[in-house]
Amino acid sequence: MMDELRDLYQQVILDHQKAPRNFRKMENATASVEGYNPLCGDHYTIYLLVEDDVVRDVSFEGTGCAISKASASMMTAALKGKTRAEAESLFEKFHDLVTGKLEVEQAAGELGKLAVFAGVQEFPMRVKCAILPWHSMHSALEGDKTVVSTE
Amino acid sequence: MSDPQFIPPPVAGALDVESIRRDFPILAQSFRGKRLAYLDSAASTQKPLRVIEAISGFYTSRYANIHRGAYTLSELATDAYEEARRKTREFINAEDEREIIFVRGTTEAVNLVAQTFGRMEIGTGDAVVISAMEHHSNIVPWQMICEEKGAVLKVIPMNDRGELLLDEYEKLLTDSTRIVAIAHISNALGTINPVRDIIELAHRKGIPVLLDGAQTLAHLPVDVRDLDCDFYAFSAHKMYGPTGIGVLYGKRKLLEAMPPYQGGGDMIRSVTFEKTIYNDLPYKFEAGTPHIAGGVGLAAAIDYLSSFSRDAIIAHENRLLDYATRALLEIPGLRLVGTARDKAGVISFVIDYAHPHDIATILDTEGVAVRSGHHCAQPVMQRFNVPATTRASFGIYNTVEDVDQLVNALQKVREIFA
Repeated sequence: MMDELRDLYQQVILDHQKAPRNFRKMENATASVEGYNPLCGDHYTIYLLVEDDVVRDVSFEGTGCAISKASASMMTAALKGKTRAEAESLFEKFHDLVTGKLEVEQAAGELGKLAVFAGVQEFPMRVKCAILPWHSMHSALEGDKTVVSTE
Repeated sequence: MSDPQFIPPPVAGALDVESIRRDFPILAQSFRGKRLAYLDSAASTQKPLRVIEAISGFYTSRYANIHRGAYTLSELATDAYEEARRKTREFINAEDEREIIFVRGTTEAVNLVAQTFGRMEIGTGDAVVISAMEHHSNIVPWQMICEEKGAVLKVIPMNDRGELLLDEYEKLLTDSTRIVAIAHISNALGTINPVRDIIELAHRKGIPVLLDGAQTLAHLPVDVRDLDCDFYAFSAHKMYGPTGIGVLYGKRKLLEAMPPYQGGGDMIRSVTFEKTIYNDLPYKFEAGTPHIAGGVGLAAAIDYLSSFSRDAIIAHENRLLDYATRALLEIPGLRLVGTARDKAGVISFVIDYAHPHDIATILDTEGVAVRSGHHCAQPVMQRFNVPATTRASFGIYNTVEDVDQLVNALQKVREIFA
């Protein structure tokens, strides 16, 4: 199998896709945003519980491709306990990683497990899949939108 | 690997596909080191050299703006453009060249009818009838005019195979129905609709019918007089011609009664600040400088398609459809979406362990170009309760090898996801 494909669908991504973490509706969320990619039908809701400027809890539900679902799952795992500023900073770095602005070597240090999404760099058509949950989370943090669309 | 015993024998007078493939230079390329298996002709067909050269030859030696130019070059260009209209008339057997309106594509053709005929004929409480398998381009223009006029959009339902329910259709035809607008062939499901019956039932009540023929012309011959449809819309780029040009056929009496679509040059006879007198057909509907080279390309595409026997094209595509259907159904977890008895060369499918978007990415790395998504037919996806499908579609240049490449690439999907 091609290396690029193996880099894209790494085992950890497949694991999160099959068994997504924090995959639930959150009844006491302080913010929630629907993310939708009308082109491929990816559709998620991201829930945040933010108290004292800290993301106390984060969860999601919805359907979509392996990349978007694994991205949402790993994002929720990465965000718990982060401050708003830290969450926004992770979003920026993740964005830079999948769009190829951040070197893979550098990413491992700054993004930890999320660095597995470096494989997306080779598949520009899939950047939107990886970034959709993050955009939704970002909007939920800012509290300015209830529906986010990437197209 | 699919079982070669399933390959149906070629029929006498079959297409020489190897020779056809040489007409399409793009097919000789490889992507990511793999032979290209182009299986997305329902989205857009590739272009034969004959079309490419007609367009470049036109720009090289015959190009100028058309109509009204007093110099030879403009006359040459005008002749080439009007020759395209003559060829199109003949191609779909319209009665009169003036019934051939050049537009940007099927979408613009439907919008034109909705905004002119629709605006004139549809009133409060009236109804427009479409079907459950329409492309967005044959839904939204009607929704817009219905909303504007306070009219109702009624939808012919379909069964689980993706076939329209004609009994239900008949019930939707009432005194308030102003037009029926139906896909000839569904882009998402491949269903060939019984348009002759659909037209006859509507005409019994005096209701005109528009057919969206975007998917048809590359596959089936169309005779608008024999069908007796009132409007027929199609795009050049789905029948081996260029993008940016398409055709609206309309019966002359209807077109003459309709108000213009857009205002501008070419669609007028005289203009003063007090009053404008509109031009005759077809120019009344062709405001502004048209896609002249597109017309030339369309004419070349018609010539190209006409150089083959239609029966041979149909037999070739049906053979591929049968072969691919059998091969795909052997893949565990794969389900076809759209299993109408009368189908064109389109296969939509879902696999229970992989999302269509992931499937398309993996297929791409194996050189297989398919489409994944809602195919601009979200209501169809909702009807079959799937977020999206993967769609393989065939043209005259496709081979059993292309299908095998698809099937083998789907094994990679299985390796990764199952």
